[in-house]
Amino acid sequence: MNFYYRIQAIFYKELMQLKRDRMTFGMVVMIPLIQLLLFGFAINTNVRYIPVGLVDQSQTALSRILVQTVSATQVVSFKSQYATVPEAEQAIARQEVRAVLIIPEDVSQRLVRHGTVGLATPPATDEETSRPIAQWLTDGSDTMVASSIKSLRNMPLAELLSKPANRSIPTFEVTLLYNPEQRTVVNIVPGLVAVILTMTMIMFTSAAIVREREHGNLELLINTPLKSIELMLGKIIPYIFIGLIQVSLILCLGYFIFHVPLNGSLAALAAITLLFIAASLVLGLVISTIAKSQLQSMQMTVFVLLPSILLSGFMFPYEGMPKVAQSIAEALPATHFMRLIRGVVLRDVDISSMSFDLIWLAVFTVLGLMVAAFRFKKRLD
Amino acid sequence: MSIATRDTNELVIRSRGMAKNFGSVKAVQNLDLDIERGKIYGFLGPNGCGKTTSIRMLTGLLTPSEGQVDVLGMRLPEQASKLRYHIGYMTQVFSMYRDLTVRENLSFVAKIYGIHGTAQSTRIDELLQLYNLEELANHFAGLMSGGQRQRLALAAAVLHKPQLLFLDEPTSAVDPESRRDFWEKLFDLSEAGTTILVSTHYMDEAERCHALAILEHGIKRADGSPQALMEEMNAHVVELQSDNNRQVKQALISHPEVISAAQLGTRLRVLVDKTIEQPDTWLQNQLPSEDYRSLKRVRPSLEDVFVTCTGKGQG
Ligand SMILES: Nc1ncnc2c1ncn2[C@@H]1O[C@H](COP(=O)(O)OP(=O)(O)O)[C@@H](O)[C@H]1O
Ligand SMILES: [Mg+2]
Repeated sequence: MNFYYRIQAIFYKELMQLKRDRMTFGMVVMIPLIQLLLFGFAINTNVRYIPVGLVDQSQTALSRILVQTVSATQVVSFKSQYATVPEAEQAIARQEVRAVLIIPEDVSQRLVRHGTVGLATPPATDEETSRPIAQWLTDGSDTMVASSIKSLRNMPLAELLSKPANRSIPTFEVTLLYNPEQRTVVNIVPGLVAVILTMTMIMFTSAAIVREREHGNLELLINTPLKSIELMLGKIIPYIFIGLIQVSLILCLGYFIFHVPLNGSLAALAAITLLFIAASLVLGLVISTIAKSQLQSMQMTVFVLLPSILLSGFMFPYEGMPKVAQSIAEALPATHFMRLIRGVVLRDVDISSMSFDLIWLAVFTVLGLMVAAFRFKKRLD
Repeated sequence: MSIATRDTNELVIRSRGMAKNFGSVKAVQNLDLDIERGKIYGFLGPNGCGKTTSIRMLTGLLTPSEGQVDVLGMRLPEQASKLRYHIGYMTQVFSMYRDLTVRENLSFVAKIYGIHGTAQSTRIDELLQLYNLEELANHFAGLMSGGQRQRLALAAAVLHKPQLLFLDEPTSAVDPESRRDFWEKLFDLSEAGTTILVSTHYMDEAERCHALAILEHGIKRADGSPQALMEEMNAHVVELQSDNNRQVKQALISHPEVISAAQLGTRLRVLVDKTIEQPDTWLQNQLPSEDYRSLKRVRPSLEDVFVTCTGKGQG
């Protein structure tokens, strides 16, 4: 019974302090809001309208139609024309444009012999006929820009001559499930839940014990019959509610602004989210028992936050990362939650089929709580 | 806490050879304490002499590097968690929550000690009245004056009616008027049977204690009741009136028998070693008669005791 009252005492105190800390309270709402808008609008891996230049050495009607056809793909947008190739190269160096399309003098001849157009079926060994019709000079340093330009390599040219295409049959047919329109934001919004919870949950609790120490309250607390585990539980419970508020906020805004649907059940969502909130809060508590000052606790929060953003699969696919990065990712709660929440929100997955991630988070929480309670000594030395 | 146990002078705190080192710093050395139930016991000493460290060891917050400590019959630090229910501790640095009100702070402490419902509100109302905090009940602790904070901290420390109360420099941030009121409260608590250990660097406060220990550099230089300490002091006190105090003082302190000579306005208070049997005639012999107007022996004060057993005066 006293156990319950003491947890309640800490819980209530934290709530009062939180209520009076306008700044923190504002952050509860502002962090998800701002981040969602920033990430939602800014991150887009389908790059469009890349500024490019043109060096037209043929100056024919055909070259002008070619430029129009390329523009119509919306991948690039022609910004300026250059007389010579060196001039164009300098423009790339100045970042005026990211790439330049060079149309050679003999573009018409190249086109009529071109395989995709179907006026001739020349043997593949014939050097003369297998030449591409024009060249892209691209700034390859940004791989995302470069691969978008590369995607133009096999652009169909049939319309160019208003002739029926001798289209080769693709080797594979690709059916895009869950995100057929290929909108990046669909993958970003559920991932953002993981990132924002990691950030705010760890941040709130990582300062929890340190703050008591810095304000001199700790000496009062440890002289009372309060037990470590009671202090730890009392400190995290209020933030569970805050975490739930944030998740609801992100998913609702994601739904209304970015049209990201919630395909899974609310119960499954609540279950995985609670588990992850608990794991993050506990991680914050452990940090709090290690840090000597609020500044240190902040630094340690960032130390956890960065890999959680970069390695958890939020920005880059987990499978594409090297083994070392994958092992680091596996140690982060955010990685496990990333899989779970994308599964529930996007694919309506049955969470019992993802029991590894669920169990991992549960074990992490329990162990973390024990470590935090153990590390928090009711002593000053 | 019956009368019977009080009569037997039961020891509430007993330590033998208690010591604490922080790395190479010897904060407390070889401290023996015997504190009886119902007494107000003082730790007197300058900043850094080990008062806070000693109190923290006696409350179980710090583990002694050496020695044996028993508080309320419990062995420390092993039984520290059991002890917590029976002691109250007012820390030197204000440790209540600044962003909570007076009532919220008290209610928080009450809940931690398992006091709730009507018992809690009755006790808090009682304390608010007793410590003049009724009008401040809804004020934030962080916005209150030193004296008000001190009363809140004391109210919180006694909320669960502990048998033993530790007060670490409770009056250092408080005006003289509030200090007097505060000591009235301490005597009331003592009267009701609470044993109090209070640390201070004020002589007048130390003089109010039933017994005290004088600490310097972590070492106990003397202990006993203020009266006994003054009577058993190792020096005579002579006051002389003179026109050029500074010169006379310089002349006197060059004698090894003179422990100290302190200027008090126009007077010079001189402590002379006990080995001199007639300090007044001895002094008259040391000084040319035109140097002073009058010279007489006076009763020692606690400050004299402090001076003789610390610094130059010490053994
Ligand atoms: N946690 C600590 N770490 C290192 N040194 C300490 C610590 N606490 C106290 N000290 C040192 O121990 C000595 C006694 O300090 P303290 O007990 O606070 O004195 P007082 O309370 O009488 O002013 C001082 O020299 C102080 O610097
Ligand atoms: Mg101190």
